[in-house]
Amino acid sequence: MASAIRDGGGASGGRTARSERPGIGARIAATLRLPRNDPFAIAGLTIYLVFVLVALFADLIATHDPGQILFAANGRLARNLPPSSTFFLGTTHAGRDIFSQLVYGTRSALLVGVTAAAIVVTIGTLVGLVSGYFGGRIDAILMRLADIAIGLPFLPFVIVLAAFLGPSVSNVIIGMALLLWPNTARVIRSQVLTVRERAYIEAARVTGSPTRRILFVHVLPNILPLSFLYASIAVGWAILTEASISFLGFGSSDTVSWGHMLQEAYVSQALSRGQYNWFGPPGLCIVLVVVAGFFISRGYEELLFPRLRE
Amino acid sequence: MGGRKLLMRVWHTAFVLWAVITILFLMFRLMPGTPLDAYLDSSLTPEEQEQILAQFGLDQPLWKQYLIYWANLFQGNLGKSFHYRQDVFWLLMAAFPNTLALTMFSLIIAYVFGVLAGAFLAWKRGTWIEGIGIPIVLTSRAAPEFWLGMVFLAMFSFSLGWFPSGGANSPGAEFPSELSRMLSADFFRHLALPALTLALYLQGLPLLLMRSNMLEVMQEDFVTMARMKGLSEWSIVMRHAARNALLPVATAFALGIGSSVGGNVVVETVFSWPGLGRLLVSAVSAADYPVAQGAFLLIAVVQVVMNLVADILYAVLDPRVTHTAHG
Repeated sequence: MASAIRDGGGASGGRTARSERPGIGARIAATLRLPRNDPFAIAGLTIYLVFVLVALFADLIATHDPGQILFAANGRLARNLPPSSTFFLGTTHAGRDIFSQLVYGTRSALLVGVTAAAIVVTIGTLVGLVSGYFGGRIDAILMRLADIAIGLPFLPFVIVLAAFLGPSVSNVIIGMALLLWPNTARVIRSQVLTVRERAYIEAARVTGSPTRRILFVHVLPNILPLSFLYASIAVGWAILTEASISFLGFGSSDTVSWGHMLQEAYVSQALSRGQYNWFGPPGLCIVLVVVAGFFISRGYEELLFPRLRE
Repeated sequence: MGGRKLLMRVWHTAFVLWAVITILFLMFRLMPGTPLDAYLDSSLTPEEQEQILAQFGLDQPLWKQYLIYWANLFQGNLGKSFHYRQDVFWLLMAAFPNTLALTMFSLIIAYVFGVLAGAFLAWKRGTWIEGIGIPIVLTSRAAPEFWLGMVFLAMFSFSLGWFPSGGANSPGAEFPSELSRMLSADFFRHLALPALTLALYLQGLPLLLMRSNMLEVMQEDFVTMARMKGLSEWSIVMRHAARNALLPVATAFALGIGSSVGGNVVVETVFSWPGLGRLLVSAVSAADYPVAQGAFLLIAVVQVVMNLVADILYAVLDPRVTHTAHG
């Protein structure tokens, strides 16, 4: 208790308090370490790792230029070819290599997923932090804003936004950022409500620690693990959303993405030709990324709902 | 939920509804790409254009337009479609039953299955059944609806020919009334595949909810009490635990209606299902703004109202919840 009070007094007190409250880094590391013996979390992290590697080394892995229209030896368009040793997953209706599109699609999927998740969770965490800590009118206003964001139907909103602002990846991300923060904000807020009642926060307040310092040095480290958890789920969500929007034709048409691949397959009637080699893999990749997020969050289930361990 | 708190909740809902509709108004007036003449079709004669401009007050300042917008809204006047040359109101009324049928049908399948399977998985906690059950459920939740729909279409429609490949009725089929159309075998044959796709996507939530609620309820004192009284395991699970575990699932069901009506957009597009979502997508693509705005509005209203219903349901079903002003 004494150390916590001293900690509130000045920056030098930080070291004394460490035994009671480890630093941000240590706390996150401790949280992330816990589920390592959980097979779900390991599977999820492994899937993420593989996709990150594929995205990084897409140039080396892809066998063709994903946008290049390919021709067979006899000069005819290499359209709708079945999988072979040259075209691992065959070719599209327009004569493009499906495998290479899939590999490059990983890049744009992760880019969208990570960017959108980071923005959504950052907004959600900040709103939850401010709302929960200050309460009162600020809380009421922010929570009403959250109600409005939840009241707007998500996919229709993003579609209309993309249609008006022009179909592009960034507009899809803006749509997600505007509407998806309330879930994180609400969870963080309720967490902050319990954290701020703790003795050392009270002590810091009493000793006149500036509010900004209490928020970011004392409260934030307690809720960051939860934010990271929400981010890991949000990555999958964002990728799923981007794919849906691209499939509906409101995504960016100049980047290769899984959703765009699926749209092309659907529009050029790959379904009636039974080209599973075309529309199967992009969907499977989406499933894998999204499920990886779920697996990681389930790995932390015991962390979130400790009663289940009994 | 006390009367005052209920009133507070309704008031919040009214506020959200007002905000959502206002946002919609601003989006369709102020965004780049939607000029002031969003309501004007270039193929109309100048007189017709004048008439519409005056009717919607598009020659007026924004605040006046806003008042006219509300006045029109209360009269159910949502404008005329550029594309269909019909009142938007009637287009929405034609699409809404299809969306509602698809939503309710798939939600009921999803929740009946989800509740039973969730209770089963809770009962089997710690066994190999849970070991493979949970990853399967999580995977089914991760699959994009539209992709599931595509795979099902390729397999069951194009390859096996069991189901039609799209639409809500066979082309040329005529029915004496809307009700007889929706009760026809033809309609259900068209409904089956999209509804199953949606149900597969939706069942994960009630399943996982039911499971975790069951696990929680099974640790409550009254279950321990029932065990001590020597009641059979079956009776404990069904009569005591399941009843209490069902409460949050009922709330999720109400929320599910609201979010599905808007979320069906992709499934309706894949299966060419003539519902609200598909109407919205095709209207946006064709720059048919009155229809797009109307469809968006109806979807939003359903969602906001169902959020309220879910809140009330939760409070009514679960007496333990004390409703705070934060709701």
